[in-house]
Amino acid sequence: MENNNRKAWLYLLPAILFLAAFMVYPLIDVFIYSFEEGYNFASQTSFGTGWYNFSYVLHDTYFLQAVKNTMLLVVITVPVSTVLAILIALGLSSIKPLRKLYQTIYFLPYVTNTLAVGLVFMILFKPTAYSDGLVNLLINWFGGSSVDFIDGPYWAKMFVLCFYTIWVVLPFKILLLTSAIASVDQSYYNAAKVDGTSSFRIFYKITLPMISPTIFYLVITGFIGAFKSYSDAVALFGTDLNAAGMNTIVGYVYDMLYGDSGGYPSYASAAAIILFVIVLTITVINLLVSRKHVYYS
Amino acid sequence: MEENKKKNADYAQIEARAARRKRVTHGIIYVLLTLWALIVLFPFYWMVLTSVKSYSAYNSEYIPKFYTTSPTLENYIEAFESVPLGQYLLNTLIFTVLTTAIMMVVITLAAFAFARLQFRGKNLVFTLFLSLMMIPNELVVITNFTTITNLDLRNTFPGLILPSVVSVFYIYLLRENFAQVPDSLYYAAKVDGTSDLKYLWKVMIPICRPTLITIGILKVIECWNSYVWPRLITDEQAMYLVSNGIQEIRENGFGRENIPAMMAAVVVISVPLIVLFLIFRDKIMEGVSRGGTKG
Repeated sequence: MENNNRKAWLYLLPAILFLAAFMVYPLIDVFIYSFEEGYNFASQTSFGTGWYNFSYVLHDTYFLQAVKNTMLLVVITVPVSTVLAILIALGLSSIKPLRKLYQTIYFLPYVTNTLAVGLVFMILFKPTAYSDGLVNLLINWFGGSSVDFIDGPYWAKMFVLCFYTIWVVLPFKILLLTSAIASVDQSYYNAAKVDGTSSFRIFYKITLPMISPTIFYLVITGFIGAFKSYSDAVALFGTDLNAAGMNTIVGYVYDMLYGDSGGYPSYASAAAIILFVIVLTITVINLLVSRKHVYYS
Repeated sequence: MEENKKKNADYAQIEARAARRKRVTHGIIYVLLTLWALIVLFPFYWMVLTSVKSYSAYNSEYIPKFYTTSPTLENYIEAFESVPLGQYLLNTLIFTVLTTAIMMVVITLAAFAFARLQFRGKNLVFTLFLSLMMIPNELVVITNFTTITNLDLRNTFPGLILPSVVSVFYIYLLRENFAQVPDSLYYAAKVDGTSDLKYLWKVMIPICRPTLITIGILKVIECWNSYVWPRLITDEQAMYLVSNGIQEIRENGFGRENIPAMMAAVVVISVPLIVLFLIFRDKIMEGVSRGGTKG
């Protein structure tokens, strides 16, 4: 085949230009920023290089609060949403009539604007002067007393955040798991039926191993996504997340960069790099664990 | 004879019992699935319901009603009149269409080069491209913010659009699809003296249209819902996209208490994507399972 060097590069040129300007250069720059101590955005000067930015961020109570919130969010939502998605996908796979309808409904949160629907959740959970809100009404109905889920105690705010996050991430997981279950070779099930295997055993010995690559993929992307969560929290608690005590690591990065508390790209860079290192570590651990437990045909 | 009959009866009994058990399990499954469907649908129902309640009716209900006897559209009028909701929608439309269109051109050209053309260093460049997929957005957004600010592009469409017009993942997806088009078509076109660009336009793109449409729809969803970058780069209301607009409405618009008007705005913002989803249901779901990430 003939070589068309120059033409090929011409086709690649737009992509390369954009990637260089908005990915490669920033990637290098973020490391430079993070080591420039006392960088001033207005005068574009710094007074030294070193680890000060990292030490500042790691000692900042807002950052530690953000790490705690993010960790809790990850530890709660990833397992709960994965298990819930497996159960729902199993249920979907075992029915025929109305299946398409249910699939369509379950997918709806994926195509909605996180900020907009978050506002609905806020209204459902927030007591106001006029009304305690629908959720509190339900709690009262079961004999509990009202809780302010949006401005109230920490656990209540955490609960709403986790609930909303799970509501938002489930569609993707249900979709992938349903198609994974549908692609399991039917002859395994037929063989199990001939042997009179119980349905739990069929799930545990056939379905689960066969869909384990998908589960594992969802766990990894789930971890990454949950570590990066930010707009869900903004939707529920407003833009001043530090005041609400509900900031996430990504939220901390953006707050350092911009807004009332912003103007510190060096701190923002240091925090972003710390986040990246955390996510990378967790992903590598996930990969190592999966080698033992995932069945690849 | 007798024994056979008895056996048959036994068997029938076992079958009946199994069928009954199956019905019960199915019943339970349906109940649980319906329960989750209600949890998913309820926020949508609630936002539509609240948006058609009048301001005074909403605030006089200490115990919120699950229906309304006198629906009104006044909140929708209020939503468009007292905040620039129409402007937000227009901005988002322009942003979405331009970003998606430019991205389609950029990734199609790149994918074509990787799939079809031969050049030195191709594998190396492709590997470098793929390795960029692992770079999280949070890491590069800081410098991009500075770049756009220094270029004086804050509160402009170029500032909003430029950093998101290329996606390595979609280049990869499209390249895989392009590579499936048989080589013989390319040589036939070459013999006829067709230029590469014409071949791409007349042969490759029509054949790979399903993938291109899927990528386009996914990008439209992403653009319509984007929040972080527009928030960083716009601080004039006239340039807000819907996500930032809704946040602005929540914090300053309508007076905090006018929840029905807020919900009307939320409905207006949510409807376009839901309609898009209902039209392209199968394409979107197939596309997301192949190339979606959110979760």
